[in-house]
Amino acid sequence: MDLEILIENVLNALTAGITIGCIYGLMCIGLGLIFGIMRIVNFAQGELLMLGMFASFYLVSEGRVLSFLGPYWGPFIGAMCAAPLIFSGGALLHKFLISRVSGLRTVGSLDEGHFGQLVVTLGISLILQNGGQILFGSTPVAVRTPLSSEAFLIGPVYHAATVFLNKAKLVAFFVAVLAAVVLYVTLEYTRLGKALRAAADNPTAATYMGIDVDRAYRIAFGLGSGITAVAGGLMATYISFTPFVGFDYVIIMYSGVVLGGMGSIFGAFWGGVTVGFVQQFSALILPPQLQNAAIFVVFLMIVLLRPQGLFGRSAERA
Amino acid sequence: MKEGAGPHLRRNLTVLAVVSVVYLAVAMFVTNSYYQLILTLVPVWALFGVSWNILSGYGGQLSFGHASFFGIGAYTVTLSVIYWSLSPWLGIPLGMVLAGLAAIAIGFPTFRLRGHYFALSMLAYPLAILYVMQYLGFQEVSMPMHRENGLRFMEFSEPRVYTLIAVLLLVGGVVVSLVIENSRFGLALLAIRQNELAAEAAGINARLWKMRSLVVSGMMGAVAGGFYARVLLVVTPDSVFGMLVSAQAVVVTLFGGVASVWGPVIGAAILVPLAETLQAELGTYLPGIQGVVYGIAIIAIMLLSPDGLFWTIGDRWFRREAPQPIPDLEPLPPPARRASAHAAGPLLQVEGLSRAFGGLRAVSEVSFSIAEGEILGIIGPNGAGKTTLFNVLNGVLDADEGSARLDGQAMLGRKTFEVCRMGVGRTFQVVRSFPRLPVLDNVIVGAYGAGLSDREAIAQAVRALHQVGLQDRAGVAAGQLTNRQLRLMELARALAGNPRLLLLDETLAGLGREECDDVLGVLARVRAQGMTICIIEHTMHAMMRLADRFVVLDHGRVLATGLPRAVVEDASVIEAYLGKKWLARRDA
Repeated sequence: MDLEILIENVLNALTAGITIGCIYGLMCIGLGLIFGIMRIVNFAQGELLMLGMFASFYLVSEGRVLSFLGPYWGPFIGAMCAAPLIFSGGALLHKFLISRVSGLRTVGSLDEGHFGQLVVTLGISLILQNGGQILFGSTPVAVRTPLSSEAFLIGPVYHAATVFLNKAKLVAFFVAVLAAVVLYVTLEYTRLGKALRAAADNPTAATYMGIDVDRAYRIAFGLGSGITAVAGGLMATYISFTPFVGFDYVIIMYSGVVLGGMGSIFGAFWGGVTVGFVQQFSALILPPQLQNAAIFVVFLMIVLLRPQGLFGRSAERA
Repeated sequence: MKEGAGPHLRRNLTVLAVVSVVYLAVAMFVTNSYYQLILTLVPVWALFGVSWNILSGYGGQLSFGHASFFGIGAYTVTLSVIYWSLSPWLGIPLGMVLAGLAAIAIGFPTFRLRGHYFALSMLAYPLAILYVMQYLGFQEVSMPMHRENGLRFMEFSEPRVYTLIAVLLLVGGVVVSLVIENSRFGLALLAIRQNELAAEAAGINARLWKMRSLVVSGMMGAVAGGFYARVLLVVTPDSVFGMLVSAQAVVVTLFGGVASVWGPVIGAAILVPLAETLQAELGTYLPGIQGVVYGIAIIAIMLLSPDGLFWTIGDRWFRREAPQPIPDLEPLPPPARRASAHAAGPLLQVEGLSRAFGGLRAVSEVSFSIAEGEILGIIGPNGAGKTTLFNVLNGVLDADEGSARLDGQAMLGRKTFEVCRMGVGRTFQVVRSFPRLPVLDNVIVGAYGAGLSDREAIAQAVRALHQVGLQDRAGVAAGQLTNRQLRLMELARALAGNPRLLLLDETLAGLGREECDDVLGVLARVRAQGMTICIIEHTMHAMMRLADRFVVLDHGRVLATGLPRAVVEDASVIEAYLGKKWLARRDA
């Protein structure tokens, strides 16, 4: 009997870990572009996630622009439609604010401009959060889809032990993996992707090679924003949220990026997956309040024992 | 205390006294209890900013998680009143002790990390504590009232008393910060922030100073947190361990002026009332308006005045303090050479030294020795392993095999600053200066690193500046020097530690012919005073004039050793430098 429950719990944690983990992975890729590759400390990443959620919410539930797609397809197409919106927003943010405290301007300066980035992105984060409160209100909302209360049942696998697969999470999982693959291919194999990575890796050298570094940064920042926003839109189908939701996830994102090894897109994804697993499995043994504490403990241990990340190759030079 | 810091300190203390008295005088006329609360919170947040500034401003160790200490202070005071009826007058010191211990526990693992990793790890600590506090059931803890025993429990019916206490606490914090700023503590932190490796090579134990700054900073943060809890009477995990608390410290400091004792004070004096007033006036119609305005304010200040208000105003309306004349001290006579234990043996004996990077043997079984008073030139083509050899010798890199003895004492396996204290000075291929510090302070860092007292350190630094002929530039920021002057300053910094052996890495690189001659003259003078020098150099003609003996490295191995004339005619050396074809043509 006990074994049965244990098996059921472990299997459910496993499937939830995979689905939620991959959505976290997508979210982490966004920060991986901005923080891992461009080395911009972005405190507003959680708010970009929040904007993705609300973009999807207004497109699908509140604004009903996409309501003709129906309650099954609408929410997920809405999540993808958040990407171009937040991409433009991110690119504009970069053009007018972030570019002034990062990139070529701060190469070789004291502390590499981190103080400036910290303050500016913290400011953006405060404006978006509190501005969001003024615009969207502070009552929790959600993107409604019947899928979030339906599940596939697998099993019973062992006596009565059954695996529940939430349909909303499952679809979100597929969309997340698809988006991650598309982005990965774009960055690895296209000319644009190579230019972006070159500009991020060494802006000075990239300039000499004729790459428009400012533009490349703008696009990369926009992409990082847009990708995280898609993840936000996907999450909006199975959680409820307020304009202050960002804080809960910004740490998860940083954990994922560092876990995966800075500077690696692929690594950021796996870092996010790992965080998802840790979260779901810690739920088996820890009280709910300590689940997030478990993430931090794992994060600290990784940073201290293996600062190059679980999947990274080389440590940052001193 | 640094020499010449007296007037500076006295001026700052006067300003502090005047500002505090005026502030308190104004506070006495305020009767609205809401404004009284704001007047109490300004010094509290300023104190927290001052505390953050010590670690992150002076030391450059960016901490996103100072709320750990604030929260520890707040919870210690509150819980000790509840469970032990302990007076906050004792609870705050208890919080300081706990925060100091927490700082050691946090710093011990976390200082192994640098840059981004350090900053992020610091972020994780308060949030982890936050969840633990929620789990333990301390979601919302109220301070019990003790009306009959108000003084003991820091409970006053007159709110202005809190303002008074807050100001006094802030004054204490500012004084501590001023003392740090004007002592070797502050200089060590500034040096570490600007170039940690250079600070280590100059004999500064970076780990230790960072740890000290974290402990001081954490204890001060706990005071702010403990008093905050006493004033607000209710403590929740979010209100004392939350990210906004950490952000508050960062924001008031960066807004006001980073690495200045006045920065956090200015920042808090402007931002705290602004945010509170907006909340009170507009909060009901536009919830969150104070967050928006706050955000706009800090972005604007960052773009318009990146170092903070204090520095921008200082630059625009007051000319920066005229460069202070160097203290008028007679340069001391060169100190007696440390007596050699083995007068007969060589000063430096290197045997079978190897270091590999993966499969690349950068330094391979290198052996050589240097006699006291000798100048040994290390030459070799690019990638021959010359700089790696130095890095291994002074502890920047670990050796794989071999030994190196300075006057019979093992050098390997020691940390960089320890090697420096054994009497090994080092300069770098690319000059590592502390660009924002004046030349004299740059050099004093070297003297402090050798463990000299304040007075001796200044005297030694002045002597070193005279030795290299930079005495006229002593008050100029190092960032404004020419390449030649920078090279000389780095040399002076190494000399100020009174070393027995100098390791000079391409001191002549990038210098023009005349500049080169100038530096060579200085080196000859230093040598005439009995210094032993090991120098890496490419410029052959310069080396021919300077060095007594050559060691030629190629692909990490010693190719030849001997007198300059003999070495440059050695066929294998010519081949390594110029290739086989050249050799064939010469012989033809």
